[in-house]
Amino acid sequence: MKPAAFDYHAPATVESALALLCSHGEEARILAGGQSLVPTMAFRMARPGVLIDINRIPGLAHATADGGTLRIGALARHAWFETPRIAGPLGRLLPVVAQHIAHAPIRMRGTFCGSLAHADPASEWCATTLALGGTLVLAGRDGHREVAAEDWFQGVFTTAIAPGEILIEVRLPLLGDDWRCGFAEFARRAGDFALAMAVVALRIEAGSVREARIGLGGVGGRPVLASMAAAALIGQPPGEAAARLAAMQAAAECDPQDDIHASAAYRRDLVGTMVRRALAMAFAS
Amino acid sequence: MSRHVVRFTVNGEAQAVEIEARSTLADTLRDACGFTGTHLGCEHGVCGACTVLVDGVPLRSCLMFGVQADGAAIRTIEGLAAPDGTLNVLQRAFQEHHGLQCGFCTPGFLMLATWMLEREERLTEDGLRHLLSSNLCRCTGYQGILDAVRAAAKELGKWGEAAGVQQTSVTRGAGHAPG
Amino acid sequence: MTWVGRSIRRLEDPALLRGEGRFTADVAAGARAVRFLRSPIASGRIGSLRPPPGMPPGAIFVSAAEMAGIGTIRPMLHRFAYRAVEQPVLPTDAVHFVGQPIAAIAAETAALAEDLLEEIEVTFDAATPVVDIASALRPDAPQLHAVAPGNVAVEGVLASPECAAAFASAPHVVEFAFRSGRQNASPMEARGGCAQYDRSTGRVRLTASVQMPHMLRTGIAELLNMPEADLQVIAPDVGGGFGQKMALFPEYAVLVWLARKHRRDFAWIEDRNENLMASAHSRDQQHRLRGAFAADGTLLGLEAEILANVGAFSAYPTTCGVEPLMAFAEYPGPYKVPAYGARARGVLTHTCPMAPYRGVSRPAITFGIERLMDRAAARIGLSPDDIRRRNLVDSFPHRTVTGLMLDEASYVEALDDAVARLDIPAFRLRQAAARAEGRYLGLGLAVFNERTGYGSPAFAARGMGIVPGYEVVDIAMTPGGEVELRIGASPHGQGLRTALAQIVADRLGIAPAGVRVIHGDTDRTPYGWGTFASRSMVISGGASQEAADRLATRLRAAAARVLQAKAEEIVLRDGQAVSANGSSIPIAALARQVHQRSDLFDGHNLAETAAYDPEGTFSNACHAAIVEVDPETGHVRIERYLVVEDAGRIVNPMIADGQVRGGVAQGIANALFEEVIYAEDGNILTGTLADYALPTAAEIPAIEIHHLETISPATATGAKGLGEGGAIGAPAAIANAITDALAPFGVEIAEIPATPPRIRALIRSSGRGA
Repeated sequence: MKPAAFDYHAPATVESALALLCSHGEEARILAGGQSLVPTMAFRMARPGVLIDINRIPGLAHATADGGTLRIGALARHAWFETPRIAGPLGRLLPVVAQHIAHAPIRMRGTFCGSLAHADPASEWCATTLALGGTLVLAGRDGHREVAAEDWFQGVFTTAIAPGEILIEVRLPLLGDDWRCGFAEFARRAGDFALAMAVVALRIEAGSVREARIGLGGVGGRPVLASMAAAALIGQPPGEAAARLAAMQAAAECDPQDDIHASAAYRRDLVGTMVRRALAMAFAS
Repeated sequence: MSRHVVRFTVNGEAQAVEIEARSTLADTLRDACGFTGTHLGCEHGVCGACTVLVDGVPLRSCLMFGVQADGAAIRTIEGLAAPDGTLNVLQRAFQEHHGLQCGFCTPGFLMLATWMLEREERLTEDGLRHLLSSNLCRCTGYQGILDAVRAAAKELGKWGEAAGVQQTSVTRGAGHAPG
Repeated sequence: MTWVGRSIRRLEDPALLRGEGRFTADVAAGARAVRFLRSPIASGRIGSLRPPPGMPPGAIFVSAAEMAGIGTIRPMLHRFAYRAVEQPVLPTDAVHFVGQPIAAIAAETAALAEDLLEEIEVTFDAATPVVDIASALRPDAPQLHAVAPGNVAVEGVLASPECAAAFASAPHVVEFAFRSGRQNASPMEARGGCAQYDRSTGRVRLTASVQMPHMLRTGIAELLNMPEADLQVIAPDVGGGFGQKMALFPEYAVLVWLARKHRRDFAWIEDRNENLMASAHSRDQQHRLRGAFAADGTLLGLEAEILANVGAFSAYPTTCGVEPLMAFAEYPGPYKVPAYGARARGVLTHTCPMAPYRGVSRPAITFGIERLMDRAAARIGLSPDDIRRRNLVDSFPHRTVTGLMLDEASYVEALDDAVARLDIPAFRLRQAAARAEGRYLGLGLAVFNERTGYGSPAFAARGMGIVPGYEVVDIAMTPGGEVELRIGASPHGQGLRTALAQIVADRLGIAPAGVRVIHGDTDRTPYGWGTFASRSMVISGGASQEAADRLATRLRAAAARVLQAKAEEIVLRDGQAVSANGSSIPIAALARQVHQRSDLFDGHNLAETAAYDPEGTFSNACHAAIVEVDPETGHVRIERYLVVEDAGRIVNPMIADGQVRGGVAQGIANALFEEVIYAEDGNILTGTLADYALPTAAEIPAIEIHHLETISPATATGAKGLGEGGAIGAPAAIANAITDALAPFGVEIAEIPATPPRIRALIRSSGRGA
């Protein structure tokens, strides 16, 4: 399976990358990690006439705390997150999630931002960014634009990115020390896309949940922010009863489809279990 | 379609080739440079048979274009043995522990394991299986491969329980709270 | 120093470890790259087919129209109501499965050939396909081939009044119906061939990733109406086969045709998507099994209804009968079955054709009969191991009700050994304690025998038009004292070079490194049948042993001359020929003398040949799996996997264990992960390795292996085959373990792979699951 022919550019600056993107329009695709794009090109499902390789652009390879956010640049690789980048609950959550992404060699090359741009509904970073209320920063000819995570995912492999834009950075809010996070996913094999996953972040104060965020993945065309499930936790003492309540609610909030790997019923069932297990992790942490 | 002159080193030797942009690193190494030791098992990034080291990093060479390797230092299976063909510690361990049968997936496993054994972190049993789950084998049932890499790690002083980062269990079903 | 029985390091390894193996793609540099246009529809006719307009110079388009005058692929079976289905190399009009090759482009590079494929002008008139057994058997179903009305390509029926009587009077009748999901053997190296044309001789050398080089040569020559002497087939280093690479595929015929027609080199290197879609599939079967049991658990009769979905064509040379008829003949397995009735059918559908895959039908029949045993045990109140003990053949030789001769083996002993290692009472306590905590552990057993090393009598009994079976080995010692062994078997990872070297080394008193095994090249090896069906150790091993013994006789006669001693008293050991009085000569020096001083000896060469064509021999094993099932997700974790197996004399324990482990991994995959899935329109939905779930090291546990050694007279070396056994026992052991684990839910596994969604669905519908 050999890709269709294309012209290749490796610009040295974001500006020249944007210029190329604008002049070639729909024919052009950005190449960062390539771990999702290149296989689709091998199958000739994706046939960009122009590839714009951003790997040589300086200033994009960072994942650092800045003010109240973790700023993740376009060339931050999945593997960087296998060890904590920062202190605190967010720093502890990200390695737990990263371990589940594909396999080590893919993590060495694939990028965090690339996952968000690709928007596979079973992508761990997509569910995480949605759960945590991240912000996506887009670079265009006219400057930068920010999109909230909950406005980013529009469908299977479809995002709010506009023509001529590059996803240049994702910002995740740092969580205070009174926050606790949890993650759970279930896949058929090591490294597979999850059949369902849950990312949770909670703030507990005086024995009850005060704030909660629950993100679900693998259960439909895009990640789901289970806001009603999260709301169900507010005021509850942490424990199994609250987890079951939230799990039931979360299962009802998503709309998985049947496919060759699992029925909708199975995924709905499974996501409830993943929510419970993610909450158990959060409660115990 | 653009063609490019690309320069990189393979196992320390300079290569300069003129290739189509769409030629993957795997095809570039095999066809343009003649290093047929790197094998293509799927061409869509799942099987890992095409794994090589690029600037010390294990990558699936079918998921990268040759043109992206300009300036890189690439290591392939052909660079593991000594110039006179003497097998290195890892290769000998594969032979000792029956880590190969048909040999087709072997280049990918050897390069993956080379990276695993050259890292700072020591290997643990969990980490061993987790990392080796990156690549597919149809002949061995994996046990010989695990035994070989474990033995090589011990011989190279890279085996031990993790003193640093706690690895969470990442085998399937890892939705349980860490125990 | 004896070599048989020692885990010496494989002679094959160093080159492979250095990346210096030569696989088919590695010899293809300089050849024109061939890519195939494959049918996007499962059934219908080609409306029009035209080459791309404006092909670059040197690019070639080929379809059936260009390849006039060639034959069709038409394997034969002379029994069992076999319908002689014909497969065109490239179709002229009708297409029969998605992925069927219908045209080819050759160009300077594969990428360019793929570009040109997209420019081919082709139209189709699509028709409604049938992809599953039930649809294909409906009276109004579309018929794939006029020669096979009702879409049944082959049928075996054994009606038995004894069986009917047994069922009528039996106190217990136990039934079990189940389904085995379609598999793709998925060797890590997909198929591929490189046809090189030699202008000085007019011959074509086809280097191809195959398991049966001589068969392929004969078959292609016949297909293309060309002199066989003008074709050389070489199986180089081959990256796994597992049976998928046994068949004569049309793609190879196209390559040879192109080479002859255009007098240059052409190569086709299959990609993974093609392999998943269009190579060969296996194990798509549905069985209904009934057992009549006495009150004490003795099996009185067995009845089987077997349906195999064999795809659109019949693989050459085994025919599509291989799966249904093997189940038909071998269902009784290792058990005493006094009365047996069966009906087996191979059903044609618009899907990729079937070829044998490691174990063939034995994984399914073992799944069936082992589940039946567990069911009967539960019904009657026996333990799973007791009911098996009661029914296993324990005196040999034993002629089965279908006429197979079971030779000396250890069916009961292997079960007892496994049971002793399992400590089942302790497990039951642990299981009960776990259940109280809401955790579900289970134990499953599988006892089976494996028919191995069977020669032409067995294939003839099936009525095959082409009867494989024998192996010939040519042995020769060079003047320098090395031995060259030329074999017709065709190993592809089994370590046969090493194992045969061990056998020969023992017989000749030399070291294995001095034995070079030459295989895979039809120009350099005697006619033989390749490597499949767990045959090579037995048959090539037996022939090698005999050939070595004959060479040893020559060496002793020559040494007798030199040492002035009696030939019968000469011993060959440690590289020396030693006489009774202690005088000796190095074997290498002797070899040089015989060649270069023929005036001093009676014979002038050190070359011999031997053939072996045995009836066959049965190895056996007991597999046991302990699993934990997560009822919430349906995940199955294998806590322990035990194999107690008996393959007679083990030539190289390390290699033998590797075969068992590899087989068990594929069996576990069959039980839990892999399934080829078709849409109703015949499109394949599992066309990538992301969808067709080959297990990784994270899914395959460590396998404990223990060997028993029963030496049987049915195999000259004492070695039995064991390559397939791992794959045979695992589905049954795992399925039985899951069923045992989920007994509180009343769940039974009757379909493999038992994926998490399927297990979860069973738990939910049991009404007892949360």
